[in-house]
Amino acid sequence: MIRPSVQTRHALARLTLPAMVVASFGLMLVGKVDTVLVERARIAVYDASAPIYAALAEPIGQLHGAIAEVAGLWELREENARLRDENERLRRWQSVALTLDAENQQLMAAMHWIPDPEASYVTGRVVADAGGVYAKAVLLSVGPNHALHKGQIALDERGLVGRITEVGSRTARVLLITDMNSRVPVILESSRSRAILAGTNGPLPLLLYWSDGTVPKDGERVVTSAEANAFPANLPVGTVRYNASGVPEVEPDANLNALDIVRVFDYGLNGLTAPEVTARVAAGRH
Amino acid sequence: MALSERVPGVRPRLTVGRRLDIVWRHAFPGTTSFLLMLLSLAPFGLWGQAALLPTVALTCVWFWSLFRPAAMSPPIVFLIGVLLDLLGFLPPGVGALTMLTTFGIAQRLRRFLSRQRFIVIWLIFTAVACGIAAMNWTLVSLLTFSLLPPGPVLFQVGLAAAMYPAVAVPLTLAHRSIADPDQA
Repeated sequence: MIRPSVQTRHALARLTLPAMVVASFGLMLVGKVDTVLVERARIAVYDASAPIYAALAEPIGQLHGAIAEVAGLWELREENARLRDENERLRRWQSVALTLDAENQQLMAAMHWIPDPEASYVTGRVVADAGGVYAKAVLLSVGPNHALHKGQIALDERGLVGRITEVGSRTARVLLITDMNSRVPVILESSRSRAILAGTNGPLPLLLYWSDGTVPKDGERVVTSAEANAFPANLPVGTVRYNASGVPEVEPDANLNALDIVRVFDYGLNGLTAPEVTARVAAGRH
Repeated sequence: MALSERVPGVRPRLTVGRRLDIVWRHAFPGTTSFLLMLLSLAPFGLWGQAALLPTVALTCVWFWSLFRPAAMSPPIVFLIGVLLDLLGFLPPGVGALTMLTTFGIAQRLRRFLSRQRFIVIWLIFTAVACGIAAMNWTLVSLLTFSLLPPGPVLFQVGLAAAMYPAVAVPLTLAHRSIADPDQA
């Protein structure tokens, strides 16, 4: 083997840092030119590391469970009283719901209502935060033979979580409704007025563009709208809250801070794909 | 090559086990940096966990560039940066450039900082973290053509400053024991 002289080696060593800096700028250029390549590389890295997170999820879950149990022991009495109270209230609501359901069925039968198609869904575990500092997203572990695709809708047990933006062979990335690039067409439930739910990267997304005369009311429920064929109608999103500066925000129903199990629904909608894809299509047109 | 290989004297034979040991000690800084970065994304359910990844990357690059620059060469720093870009959903190249800048600053300050006490290194690290976070924010804002909220950046700097001892102390212990090539 030829060994370079000491001077040459020193010169080469001096050159590596500038060379790597140039390579970084090259990467920036590549990232601007070919977003698909970058997206593939990201999801490949996440696919490769997903088994680590899936393996870690179990012991971490047990640890969380143990901590919650110890914490729960302290406030067992208050918790019990609260649950009794809540149970009472829920039982009243249940009877109301059953009556309304029966009435709804009758009315639908009378009107020859065409029922919405049943949506199929898959369930995945949230294995990692996939947002980085400037985005709000989570990574789902979904097993190798899934049929997920971009634009599908993720819900937890309470409400809307977000949409699938990237799909790998074992993982899928869900952009949360709190992300600053997320826009969801919604309906204010009591006034049936349309609006847009815009994420801000903060915990509470904002309501924008509601129609004049129908100001969102504090405590009003917000559900998805079927407009633009991106979401099915009437998925629970959250409740309106006014912040200190008088701007209507929405407190999401979904527990976005501690997502564990998420269901991904296929409603067969193709009105809009994920933000990145639309951005790319728009860029391609110019 | 470890110092002991260049200095004459009696030492154990270079068996396969010992060779592996030497390789491991040389690869320790890079490997642990990668692993810590992957681990920082595990679903711990901590508030503000997203800021952990850039903080871990920055601390590891800073620490090893200062104390073991031979094991934290520019290509390794570049790879750490690329991993930061991919895992942290940054525009590609931003993490690489900021990590290389950190490395460059650490190289420049190395002689001066090697004579300083821990607290001085910590203070200077905080200043560097400020600069790097600002650079990161500016680059991402420019590359995505949008003015990003500055809140996460401030949080990131605070976290980096607060977490430095928690990362640096175990790394110092490792640097003096299991990662020291002269003890192979």
